[in-house]
Amino acid sequence: MTRFFFTRLAGAIPTLFIIITITFFLMRAAPGGPFDQEQSVSPQVRANLESAYGFDQPVYVQYGRYLKSLLRGDFGPSFKYKDFTVTELIGQGFPVTLQLGAIAMTMALLIGIPLGTFAALRHNTPADYLTMSLAVAGIAIPSFVVLPFLGLLLGVYLHWLPVSGWEPGSIRHLALPVVALCLPPLAYIARLTRGSMLEVLRSHYIRTAFAKGLPLRTVIWRHALRPALTPVASYLVPAVASIMTGSLVVETIAGIPGIGRYLVQGAINRDYTLVLGMVIIYSALLIGLGILVDLLYAWLDPRVRQPS
Amino acid sequence: MNAYAQDAARRLRSNPAAVAAGFVMAAIVLLTLFGPLFNPNDAQTLDWLHLAARPALTNAHWFGTDRLGRDLFARTLAGTRVSIAVGLVASLISIAVGVTYGAVSGYVGGRTDHFMMRLIEILSGLPLIFFVIFLTVIFGRSQSLLFISIGAVGWLTMARIVRGQALSIRRQDYIAAAIVSGAGTGRIIAKHVIPNLLGPVIVYATLTIPQIILFESFLSFLGLGIQEPGASLGTLISEGVGEMEAAPWMLLVPGGFLAALLLCLNIFGDGMRDALDVKEG
Repeated sequence: MTRFFFTRLAGAIPTLFIIITITFFLMRAAPGGPFDQEQSVSPQVRANLESAYGFDQPVYVQYGRYLKSLLRGDFGPSFKYKDFTVTELIGQGFPVTLQLGAIAMTMALLIGIPLGTFAALRHNTPADYLTMSLAVAGIAIPSFVVLPFLGLLLGVYLHWLPVSGWEPGSIRHLALPVVALCLPPLAYIARLTRGSMLEVLRSHYIRTAFAKGLPLRTVIWRHALRPALTPVASYLVPAVASIMTGSLVVETIAGIPGIGRYLVQGAINRDYTLVLGMVIIYSALLIGLGILVDLLYAWLDPRVRQPS
Repeated sequence: MNAYAQDAARRLRSNPAAVAAGFVMAAIVLLTLFGPLFNPNDAQTLDWLHLAARPALTNAHWFGTDRLGRDLFARTLAGTRVSIAVGLVASLISIAVGVTYGAVSGYVGGRTDHFMMRLIEILSGLPLIFFVIFLTVIFGRSQSLLFISIGAVGWLTMARIVRGQALSIRRQDYIAAAIVSGAGTGRIIAKHVIPNLLGPVIVYATLTIPQIILFESFLSFLGLGIQEPGASLGTLISEGVGEMEAAPWMLLVPGGFLAALLLCLNIFGDGMRDALDVKEG
């Protein structure tokens, strides 16, 4: 297991390195510099600006510097939020986004898996059809439609919940964004669980378990659930990616000060370093998560552990 | 039409949800094409007498107007048209890339296949939408970049499925026959492998289109896609969110159109998958 972990880690580092390299050189190859929008700057000021940000050096020197500062956890200065470094901006926004995303992901798993199991146990009944129709809707309708619609109904008309805004630790402010964020992965997890559960329930050892008189609860918990969860485990990385993507719009709509909103603002302002830093952070997160999921996978399905 | 296709069509027709979704989809498409003929207003004219007017039959603004007095019915139809057009074109790009990539990888096999699949694995583990956002930052927001970057993101699943099929096609006798009669690899892929992939390709094409429409409206919603004065459903929804307390119809109309369109495309795609009995790769 330890070896398995380190092989995966050794594979991940070059991937991340390639991503950093490609994005860095794409950024430098871009037509126009980051100071083009600056209004009528005198050549002297411009030269000073460029030397302050290191742009007067050859590209490979800049690349070396950037890599070195990355190792120290320094993503460089933001071009638009003049008094902040990218690291500071990420440090401010990340806990908020993490909290929002972690709650949404937990909800998706805690509701999606039981819902899928329930639908599988009621296979081909109205309950099954209803659950799966709702799941299609959950997958198809994007969060930037769900969130404002819910906000309009529950916030503007019924006054039950705040439409937007953010107070640390306030569940009322979290409710709508979390619901909008968790619906697509929740629906997908329910569908995956139902599909694999149906397959597992048809297998011989489940029939044996029922035949020796085990109650349904025991059969599901002790025998069926673990193998049925392997597809869900392999969906975890895409699920987190979907929540990360969703949090871009959800944070923008609900006015939540997370990194998603910084990224959107950074993209609109063409804040190079900020967006570059975000892409690296998001990629590193997903790659790291991918390794964890592989470990989980090996635990759920012992066959994976065997070297083929 | 061969027996396989007839069978599939029959199975699709006996799926009421897919049939209903097909009808709604057709209705939306017909409405976007012919709706403007019945509408006295066009999408750009500013009606100063009706600013942010409620939907009403009497003042000829059936879905109301926005803050500038532009007719929402006309704007929503135009936006839907843009969304569908982007969806179709970008889907075509991603299908072409995915099918070629998958067919080459699966048919050539060996080390090439291993390398090509490893690349897909890496790409699909990445948050591609962030790269698209990154590209819009670097190259500015242009329409052609939008098509290319969206198309470039959608091909991964298609490539994987096509590869799986190509692997099994490779072992068929008619491929051996083609090889013995001296056909080159490129010719075999183009003439024998790709035509036999049609079933799964059609299914995944119908499932790719809603993903791509969603992706485009997502970018437009964030202000990174279609730019003013053009509008897609994403842009309209984003405007609607800003005005939702004063003029909720500005949110509900385009939001409802996008939700209905995506829902129907998904249901129809699922129906196609069941009817053609394609396994996910």
